[in-house]
Amino acid sequence: MPTSSTLNKTLTGIRGLDEITYGGLPQGRCSLLSGGPGCGKTVLALQILVNGAKQGEPGVFVAFEEDAARIVINAATFGWDLPDLQNKELFFLDGKPRPEDIWSGDFELTGLLAILKAKADQIGAKRIVFDSIDVLLSLLDNPKAERRELFRLNDWLVSNGMTGIVTCKNNDSGLSGLDYKDFMQYMVDCVIDLTHEMDDRVAHRSLRVVKYRGSGFYSGEVTLLLGEHGAEIIAFPESSHDQIASNIRISSGVPRLDSMLGGGYYKGSAVLLSGAPGTSKSSLCGMFILAACERGEACLYVSFDESVSEIVRNLKSININLAPYVESGLLHIESIRSSLAGTEEQVGNLRKLIEQYKPSCFVIDPLSAIVHSEGDSRRRMPEKILTLTKASGITLLCTSLLGNNNGGDTLNEETGIQISAVADTWIHISYQILGGERNRALSIIKSRGSEHSNQVRELVIDKLGITLADVYQADGEVLMGTARWQKEQDELAAEQLILANVEYKRRVIELAQDEVNAQVLILQVNLAVKQKELDLLMATESTRLYHLGLNREELWNKRSGDDSHALVLDESNNA
Amino acid sequence: MHKVAFLSKQQQPLTMATHQFRLYIAGESVNSKLAYSNLKVFCEAYYTDDYHIEQVDVLLSPDIAWAQGVTATPMLLRLAPTPTLKIIGNLSDTEQLLNGLGTIDG
Repeated sequence: MPTSSTLNKTLTGIRGLDEITYGGLPQGRCSLLSGGPGCGKTVLALQILVNGAKQGEPGVFVAFEEDAARIVINAATFGWDLPDLQNKELFFLDGKPRPEDIWSGDFELTGLLAILKAKADQIGAKRIVFDSIDVLLSLLDNPKAERRELFRLNDWLVSNGMTGIVTCKNNDSGLSGLDYKDFMQYMVDCVIDLTHEMDDRVAHRSLRVVKYRGSGFYSGEVTLLLGEHGAEIIAFPESSHDQIASNIRISSGVPRLDSMLGGGYYKGSAVLLSGAPGTSKSSLCGMFILAACERGEACLYVSFDESVSEIVRNLKSININLAPYVESGLLHIESIRSSLAGTEEQVGNLRKLIEQYKPSCFVIDPLSAIVHSEGDSRRRMPEKILTLTKASGITLLCTSLLGNNNGGDTLNEETGIQISAVADTWIHISYQILGGERNRALSIIKSRGSEHSNQVRELVIDKLGITLADVYQADGEVLMGTARWQKEQDELAAEQLILANVEYKRRVIELAQDEVNAQVLILQVNLAVKQKELDLLMATESTRLYHLGLNREELWNKRSGDDSHALVLDESNNA
Repeated sequence: MHKVAFLSKQQQPLTMATHQFRLYIAGESVNSKLAYSNLKVFCEAYYTDDYHIEQVDVLLSPDIAWAQGVTATPMLLRLAPTPTLKIIGNLSDTEQLLNGLGTIDG
């Protein structure tokens, strides 16, 4: 018999399940799906069968709990093409006990297994599902006989090399009789536990691989979604931790915020914008989207608050015009009613949108709208969404109503969703009430892997968009709004006064310099005049002496014969 | 009390007996034998000679059994009188059998 010594696995084709089982269910062995009512056992089992049938592994579905016909009808909504497969690659056997049936004494599965063997040989079946085997076998009302039949079933599967999936309920109700799950989990090679709980009126299904003989598996609890196309599992791909973190920064759309963040958001990171209602979280989202659209990146904007036209109109009023990008298809805005579906359905919706539009920037506004409850989903949901975006390198910007801060700056995590722990960057906007004004204060609470400003900035929003302004600290109070403006004006005036003073003093000194220079000029003129006088004097004297020389000679000539003594005396008289 | 190895779906019982049964069994198992003998004893007691039992071994005729939707064996079908009744088990629970076949007034 084809019981191979090495473990082969067969892909279930169910998204996520093959990942957490590291390759699917054990081939030619028996796997157990156990869980309470409504946790998706039948859908999961049938889907594994259908996926097999589509890949050339025909299968048989033995239904003990529901009518086979009803199962086919129910599955029609998943679009699995059951009618095409039915009676070719997929066969149903209706084994549901009828109320009119009479049960008398011991019975066994020998006949059933012989029938199935014949059918399986005939169609070449590789997979077989026994859905709710406990429904039939519990009619034996004899734990010993029930165990005997389970052994018989398991042996049959193994010896025929069929990949078997047996589903059964958990015996949580404490009813007497055999605990099928407890008994079978020792027998089979793979055990998968399904649970279904209500988080504040919203269903949450989860799944956990309990045992897998001869194979490793992801042992954590994962979310099971029953979506439009059937079951899928939201698992944390372990590879997500190995993903190369991007060093690329992308703009937040607000230049000043970019510089506060050290260059913008990291590409592929998750950013949380928290704040009370009206703190212009949506506007910041709009700036982010606009910047991304201007760079030519595909964007997805999911709103749980407003309709598409409202978003476009409101953002346009502050100079964020998204309409051209919506028309060109670069930006898709989806408006989803938050109250319509449970958290897991919403996550499914988001995944579908991501797959459809393949955005590089993704806004969820507000994320807090889709968490209705106090339950576990609060903790799980952000992780799930981050799994979706991080795996695809999408930059996620989500908003959250947080901190109803009446004047204070409380970050009350109790009332918030738990995304702050998983977000890479957390920006909080709070109201500051001062001097009869309500102003918005923006601060960066954390930003992983980057230097970021510790400064609080005032977020100013007007018809030109959003800008960030400095805030002033005065007398222990942070000044914003009009007070900030006033302070700014005061500072401006003081500055201007200083400037004027300097100018005045400069002028005074220049004047004094000019005066001195003028005096220097006068003195220089005087000096030149004196020089001229001196020159004149010297010239006059030399002329006089010349003429004096001439006259003496003339006189000497006239007094010929006179001695020089007399001439000297005469000369001294004339002088 | 002949064994029928092959029986078409539409085939009618060959006899005109008032009480007609078809017993699906799986080979020579203990339950197969018990079911037949329990049924035989019961019929002798309540219907004397006016009954007919045909046995179908699903190990030999799995196709017929598939078409009939046989899941647990042994399985007894009462084909006549109508309504058709389905009794599952080796018929050792006589009380269930009596209630089911309505033999209180038979």
